[in-house]
Amino acid sequence: MRILLDEVTKTFGDVVANDHISLTINPGEIHCILGENGAGKSTLMNIIYGLHQPDAGRILVDDEPVVFESPRAAMERGIGMVHQHFMLIPVFTVAENVMLGDEPKTSARLLDYAAARRHVVAVSERFGFQLDPDALVSELPVGVQQRVEIVKALARDAQVLIFDEPTAVLTPQETDELIAILRQLSAEGKAIVFISHKLREVRAIADRISVIRHGRVVGEAPLGSTESELAAMMVGRSVSLTITKSPPRRDWRSSTVVSGLTVVGSDGAVAVDDISIAFRGGEITAIAGVEGNGQTEFVEALVGLRPVSSGSVTVDGAEVAGKAVKDILAAGVGFVPEDRKANGIIGSFTIEHNLVLDRLSGGPFTSGIAMHRAAIRENGEAAIAEFDIRAPGPTALAGTLSGGNQQKIVLARELARPLALFIASQPTRGLDVGSIEFVHARIVAERDAGAAVVIVSTELDEVYNLADRIVVMYRGEIVGVVPPETPRDVIGLMMAGIPAAEAVGSAR
Amino acid sequence: MTDGIDIVRDHARSALRASVSAAGRAKAWIAVSVLVVLVALLVALTTSQRPQAVTVFTLAGGTEAWQLPPMQVPTLAAGWVMTVLFAASAAWTCVRVLRHRPVGRLPLAAVIASGVVAFLVAAGAGQTIPVVGLLSGTLLLSVPLVFGGLSGLLAEKSGVINIAIEGQLLAGAFSAAVATSLTGNVFVGLAAAAAAGVLTGVILASFSIDYLVNQIVVGVVINVLISGVTTFVYNQVLVPDGAVWNTPERLPDLSIPVLSDIPVIGPVLFDQSLIVYAMYLAVAVIAVALTRTSWGLRVRAVGEHPLAADTMGINVTRVRWRNVLLSGLLAGFGGAFFTIGSVGAFTQDMTAGQGYIALAALIFGRWKPLGVLSAALLFAFANSIQQTLSTLGLTAVPQQLLLTIPYVVTVIAVCGFAGKVTPPAAVGDSYGKGI
Repeated sequence: MRILLDEVTKTFGDVVANDHISLTINPGEIHCILGENGAGKSTLMNIIYGLHQPDAGRILVDDEPVVFESPRAAMERGIGMVHQHFMLIPVFTVAENVMLGDEPKTSARLLDYAAARRHVVAVSERFGFQLDPDALVSELPVGVQQRVEIVKALARDAQVLIFDEPTAVLTPQETDELIAILRQLSAEGKAIVFISHKLREVRAIADRISVIRHGRVVGEAPLGSTESELAAMMVGRSVSLTITKSPPRRDWRSSTVVSGLTVVGSDGAVAVDDISIAFRGGEITAIAGVEGNGQTEFVEALVGLRPVSSGSVTVDGAEVAGKAVKDILAAGVGFVPEDRKANGIIGSFTIEHNLVLDRLSGGPFTSGIAMHRAAIRENGEAAIAEFDIRAPGPTALAGTLSGGNQQKIVLARELARPLALFIASQPTRGLDVGSIEFVHARIVAERDAGAAVVIVSTELDEVYNLADRIVVMYRGEIVGVVPPETPRDVIGLMMAGIPAAEAVGSAR
Repeated sequence: MTDGIDIVRDHARSALRASVSAAGRAKAWIAVSVLVVLVALLVALTTSQRPQAVTVFTLAGGTEAWQLPPMQVPTLAAGWVMTVLFAASAAWTCVRVLRHRPVGRLPLAAVIASGVVAFLVAAGAGQTIPVVGLLSGTLLLSVPLVFGGLSGLLAEKSGVINIAIEGQLLAGAFSAAVATSLTGNVFVGLAAAAAAGVLTGVILASFSIDYLVNQIVVGVVINVLISGVTTFVYNQVLVPDGAVWNTPERLPDLSIPVLSDIPVIGPVLFDQSLIVYAMYLAVAVIAVALTRTSWGLRVRAVGEHPLAADTMGINVTRVRWRNVLLSGLLAGFGGAFFTIGSVGAFTQDMTAGQGYIALAALIFGRWKPLGVLSAALLFAFANSIQQTLSTLGLTAVPQQLLLTIPYVVTVIAVCGFAGKVTPPAAVGDSYGKGI
């Protein structure tokens, strides 16, 4: 089945998400759509899948114009989608998720669970993977949940499968397994659309690469393109993908020592299990791991956002575990939260006010209950200049800015004080390449200024780019601390809980 | 050697888990102290009885073919036996809870049952306790709670909070009374009650689903609106001209042949009005439909993750609309019980918060039809005991204090079910394209 997009255009308010996009999706081909966050990839795929309707342009399936008013219509024409955020119901079993919307029934009009189970097993075995139809989805690892999504589409006999950033939540090994599955699907004649901004993967699997920038198709990239050629095409200018940094000056004098830290997650289970580690000044420690293995809870406990069950944390010798956030910040801790919109900025506040949120008692910006508006304005203007925040001015609302500029506000605020410990959680998630360069440079600069820097990232590229040493977390424990020269597949195995020594052995 | 280390580690871990669930432990300790107080009260009550005292339980309803003779028990001996049983089962449960071990339903039932029986034996010294009356009172008092709870269940399973159950019950009670009075036909009254419920469902659905207004706000507004409208009409029309507007016939009791002749169970369960049989049917049908039909699967999917349901081709808006209307239908129908199912005439605000208690039954019943039924029966039993006791003269303990005991038992039951209670994940969330 061949899908042809002909001049598809979609606008949301003033924003043109897709601007006269034309693409061809061929059977038996893995077609990668490469573009930065916000380039319009997901909108395009939602149009093909019937979640959005195009304002102009046509979709042709096998040369026949079609209009998909709903996902159901798209599914009936053989289009399946594996969403970035899985469209699975956690409290349902695999079989229930797969049959939902197209349920087999017994002669008494009741759900035919036996038929649904058989269907799941048959489809998954045909493509060479195992799925337990009676397993609760919420209890499955992320990689397996993704297979449930794939089986969901295949069970409806999808001929075109759209994968929206499918590797964002996977370990490198799971990514390899996914790529193998994709190859097999395409060998069976399915058309695969693979949306990603990760250059490495795109290079690894693509039969065809289309690059999208600012809602337009920039063109097709030749298959042999290097990563920097792809990046240049994606961003529109040449970019440096790696950062040059001097060797770390490890300094024990300003160090943060964590011992026996145990933290309970929001679900009441132990999320951080008896972690002991030291972060030295002048060194970047990158915490790698698949999302949800306690990294979030760990850093939240360090900054006092989450109660500490037991253990101690000292910053420059002062105990901070269990203290109030205010006291911990005063001890010289800076923090970039992973969800900047929820926890990093207040969208309905101006840039200048966001910049002083942590210094509203005493100090140069306030006295008593009064704010010093001139000082705050001056501070805002200085930060906008120093951090290259692209905004109309210091009184612009933070929520109206792009993700990269919002992150720069957070950085400007947190780095305004001398820090002993700087923690950045997913510092470049969702940012464009230009902003990533800037954020990385500032993080390295903070290290060189002598702070102990802790980066939590699920992106291995970022980990390798920044780390002076790599800590891998799995199920709330530290699997190992390894040097940044450690090969990717070793880290990948460690992310699945295999200890460093063993991982080195089996990666060979 | 390694075993020893593992054991130490396991102990450390369990100690940790114990310390982290401080809130759970506090709750367990509250339950423990309440139980201790209860045991003390029962002991005091039992000791104060005369040695010769006898408690009589009548087990016959009067209409069944085979009637059981009244049961006479020596108050002191039986009281002590049941009190000890209660103390023992309660202590066992407490230990389980404090050690974070699961507590089954059977032990909990034993705690409640032994406590209640011990209390009845002691409190009824020298008196006659009508068991059939107590139980059929329970069933009748549970009817609006069950219908209300099922109504909330249908709405919430699809992701819409229905706070308006109180108003829907009231609308049903009012419409049933007026329609039956005017036509002289109870079935018209039942239909009118259901229609009134559906009508309020239309208001709730159109505002909360189509116009994305906060579901709780709409629900509260509906409650206030219906209370106001019925009170106005009641005072302006029903009171001045009650003979025409507010003298409904009542639903006749239909006794089912054979089944109604079973001792105790027969007169309690199978000699009731149509509305009670409808309740049995509603619980059974909803229980099966939610888990075993494609309708139920889709409803649950919409209540858990509407976007996922949408991507699987399910029309979220239609599923929610249908369920909110069904929810209104059930609550309205159940509301008819207040008038034509029991007392007959409508009085101002006669639902008296039962719609909110029904929501509590929904939560306590863990969003499951049989759970709702059990919770409603428990609440209703507490009420029924209170009503039965108020007819018995008691001197040993102040009456007001005794009357609280059923509620205290309920609180302990809630504490005992300390397991995680999870509502449908998307309950209360509006859903629409582009949100």
